[in-house]
This record gives sequence, structure tokens and C-alpha cells, in this order.
Amino acid sequence: MKRSWNWAVWTGASLVFLGVVSYPLFFVRFPGLRDFPWANLPMIALGLVLLALGLVRAFRHPDLCRGQIFGSVLAMLALAFSGFFLYGIFIGARHVLPASHDAPRVGQTAPDFTLPDSQNHPVSLTGALNSPFTPESATSAEKGGAQAAGAVLIFYRGYW
Amino acid sequence: MIAISVDSPADSESLRRSQGYTFPILSDAHEDVIRRWDLVHVHGRPDGADISRPAEFLIDSSGKVRWVNLTEDFVVRARPEEALAAFDAMNKSSHSGE
Repeated sequence: MKRSWNWAVWTGASLVFLGVVSYPLFFVRFPGLRDFPWANLPMIALGLVLLALGLVRAFRHPDLCRGQIFGSVLAMLALAFSGFFLYGIFIGARHVLPASHDAPRVGQTAPDFTLPDSQNHPVSLTGALNSPFTPESATSAEKGGAQAAGAVLIFYRGYW
Repeated sequence: MIAISVDSPADSESLRRSQGYTFPILSDAHEDVIRRWDLVHVHGRPDGADISRPAEFLIDSSGKVRWVNLTEDFVVRARPEEALAAFDAMNKSSHSGE
């Protein structure tokens, strides 16, 4: 009798793979799903359950169902892959940032600085606060407006 | 709004163009400002380079810090609504003569 294809093992492994790679490639764009991987955890969990069921089937009924070797290899890979992901999200991302105890605090005066913008023109904090940056889309009334109400500074990790 | 990273002006320019950003993106390639503000994430980049940690500040027109967001988890960042709420709070307090 021909042994049947072990769909649970393959579907489970694919779900785990998809559950991990879809986080950086897709779900990271949605703040709610980025802050906590609500979409990815169920996919990974379902994938691992399917893998386990497929493996149980393969070992209980080796005469009917394939997947003892492939299933075991895929299960190891899926476990390693999901472990790597969970570690990165829940531990790696949380315990690496500096404490920044000496960063300017609310009420303090922000240290002034001058840095080149993307076209190498120098931009200073006080300059930006005194003569607000007006995008080209601003109306003439906005451009002729008074001093800026303030500035939001966004320090970010950069693109690499 | 002003963005700051260790990326070169050329990298920031291609980011600005590809995303259509109209705010200035400043380049602190030697981490002078990032270090002075105590925001350096040592070996933060996969290639081992030092970068800035994610951090957001609202500075009022007198140069005072009115709101700070220092995330402890780099996948969790300030949402635009948080910065806007801080901006509203600042405007209210300045209008009421504080």
C-alpha cells in the first residue's frame, strides 16, 4: 500500500516559516502588530501544532503515512526558527538599548547642535526653532507665519 | 519635525526621496550629537557599528524639552498620536500663559 503524503508536517512547517518571515516583511508596518506580534504568534503556534500532529501520525502509522525523517528534520528547523524569532522579539529587542540616563529630560534645556541635512546644508536646533522649516507644500500664509511652536526630534536607528 | 541618524546625507537623501518626506533628515555620522544626548547604542547595527537608539523629543520654542520618549523595546516606538498629544498639551499650556 502506498503511503500517503504527510500534509500536516509540510503545512505546519510552512506556517512556522511564514509566521516568522511575515513579521519583518509585512506586519512590522502596522504599529499594533509590530509592538506585539499578534498576527505572527498564532501562525507559529498553529504551525507547531500541525507539525506535532503530523509527526505523531508518521511515527504511529509508518505504514500509512510518510514523514518520519522529513518530519523530524522540519520540526527541528521550525523549532529553531521560531525560537530564534521569539528570542529576538521578547528578549533581544528589550535588553540591548542603553539606559540613556543623561539624555535631556522634560523641563531641561535641549543642548543645541548643528548637523548637515540630506543636502549637506547645516541645520541647527535653535535655527529650526527660530525660523521654522516650511515645506514646499505650505501655503503663503503658513510660510509667512510666526516662529515655530516647537520641534519634534526623532532619533532613529538608520536604514541599512 | 527633524529626524536624526548616523546615516550619511546621501543615504538620508535617498530615503527622503523614496518616501517623499518633506522634513529635514540630519546626518550625525560621527555620533557627536547622539553621544552628547546620551543616545548611543553601542554596536547597535548588525555590522557592529554604533548607532542611535530610537528616541523622540518635543522641544518648545524656548528650547526646553516638553516630552521625551525613550523606548525600552526597539520594536515599540512612539505613535504619531503620542507626539501630537504632547504638542497639544504644550500649546494649551503656552496659551494659558504658563
